[in-house]
Amino acid sequence: MSKQLKDSTPTDSEVILGILNNSEAALKKLYTAYFPMVLQLIINNNGNADDAKDIYQEAIIVLYNKVKAGDFELSSKLKTYIYSICRRLWLKRLTQINRYGGDIRDFQEFLPIEEEEVEQHNDRNIQFTKMESALKLLGEPCKTIMEDFYIHDRSMQDICERFGYTNADNAKTQKYKCLQRLKKLFFQQK
Amino acid sequence: MSDNQLLETIERYLNGEMKADERKKFELLRKEDAGVDSKVVEHKLFVSLLKQYGERVELESRLNAIHDEIDVHTLKEDLMIHPMWVVQFWRQHHSKISVAASIGIIAFLSAMWFSGKLNNNTNSEIVGLKNKVNRLEGSINIQSRSINAIKSEKNKTTTDKYTTSATGFAITSDGLIATNYHVVEGADAVSVQNADGTTYKAEVLYTEPQHDIAILKITDKTFTKLGALPYTFKRADGTMAEQISTYGYPGGYAAYLPGSLSSLYGENGDTLHYKITMPINFGNSGGPLWDSKGNIIGITDSKEAHSEGEHFAIKAKYLMDAVKNIPADSLEDKVVLNKKNTLAGLSEPQKTAKTKNFVFMVKVY
Repeated sequence: MSKQLKDSTPTDSEVILGILNNSEAALKKLYTAYFPMVLQLIINNNGNADDAKDIYQEAIIVLYNKVKAGDFELSSKLKTYIYSICRRLWLKRLTQINRYGGDIRDFQEFLPIEEEEVEQHNDRNIQFTKMESALKLLGEPCKTIMEDFYIHDRSMQDICERFGYTNADNAKTQKYKCLQRLKKLFFQQK
Repeated sequence: MSDNQLLETIERYLNGEMKADERKKFELLRKEDAGVDSKVVEHKLFVSLLKQYGERVELESRLNAIHDEIDVHTLKEDLMIHPMWVVQFWRQHHSKISVAASIGIIAFLSAMWFSGKLNNNTNSEIVGLKNKVNRLEGSINIQSRSINAIKSEKNKTTTDKYTTSATGFAITSDGLIATNYHVVEGADAVSVQNADGTTYKAEVLYTEPQHDIAILKITDKTFTKLGALPYTFKRADGTMAEQISTYGYPGGYAAYLPGSLSSLYGENGDTLHYKITMPINFGNSGGPLWDSKGNIIGITDSKEAHSEGEHFAIKAKYLMDAVKNIPADSLEDKVVLNKKNTLAGLSEPQKTAKTKNFVFMVKVY
């Protein structure tokens, strides 16, 4: 299998262009290319396959967001970058769960990763977790109205029809009420 | 404008759905009204966070879909480093091994403890050290005593012409001394002399002639406080046949005397006294009577001649009552008797070394 993976390793610029173009194929190539490397790192350093999945996906998201935001500069091989981010995230996790024994067994060369880089990502995760639980507390039909309008960019006309509102004004009033409640739920959380 | 209307306006503004003049008007309102402005900012941030959240959820589901196609199990088998059997054994069983090892260590230590090896070794070392310290203290005392002897010899020739001498002992560290009433009865003046030979002026503070108890107070300005008393006072009766001891100045020289408590009753069954068997002499009058644990159980009292080796001691209970009966106006502070005994477990020489600085020769003029 590893031979097969090696063959399908995408070039670094292929990955970056693919992300920018929302290419599903490029994302898949990227994901399958480097997962074994990260799995190796985690399972040989006190983690299991689920930990590896979590850490790897976080690293991919960090990379994805950086590329999308346009502030990703490739100063090393992409492989090294991903390995370094995973290594940093895993060290942090190990310390949090008190399983860090003071040394880590490495399999690749790696770059020093600034605390800031993971910190930023972490802050955003916290915000998203808050949003997730606020939406859950919001309940239906508000949750779907919010997701349809603000996330999936559906028109008020569509929403009106889906929920069977007799006129657009009623739907609008409902939407604003939902939004106010969502904001309240979001900001109430500590 | 209601909240809903404002929100709608903000949304239209942010989405660029306003016509030029409406837009200008709204921008003016934003500038003038900070409340509106902050609402615009907040809404913008919140909506973009919501959007980003949606994108994140979508990305995660895409990644999960890709992940599900990977045969993680096979990969894991390939990539796991299988350490040598020793390491593997340690990894799997290290907690059990640690527990076994600590049980072993605890068992060993407790065996040592119960067999007394650990205990005796350290104790004898400590005692050895204490003895060393005591020996050093002793030699210092001998030196200072010889110095004081030289000093007091000088003094003796001029001023120190007392008529009788007896013994007294400290009941507080600030200079209250207990002795017998018959010692100080009719005295013109009293002074006390410590183990080093230094003499301090004193006065009779309180007496109870019916119990033959007198309490003196050192009034000399050169007197400095004694340390904490090493002995305590025992109100309850001593035990018949227990080993007792006293320390005092028979014939003007310090002497330690052992003995035993022969009766809880004095002459003809009186309950004020103990009967003691002890070779005490006249100068021992007013001395401390210790039980084997270093509690003061009485005041030695040898005012009358008795049959060979048989004497009496006033029970400590009466001394403690007398201390309580001291009129408050003749005291600076309330008398609090020492409650911490530091003599228990010491040998007789060690006890004597520790207590001798608290026993005085009472000199009567």
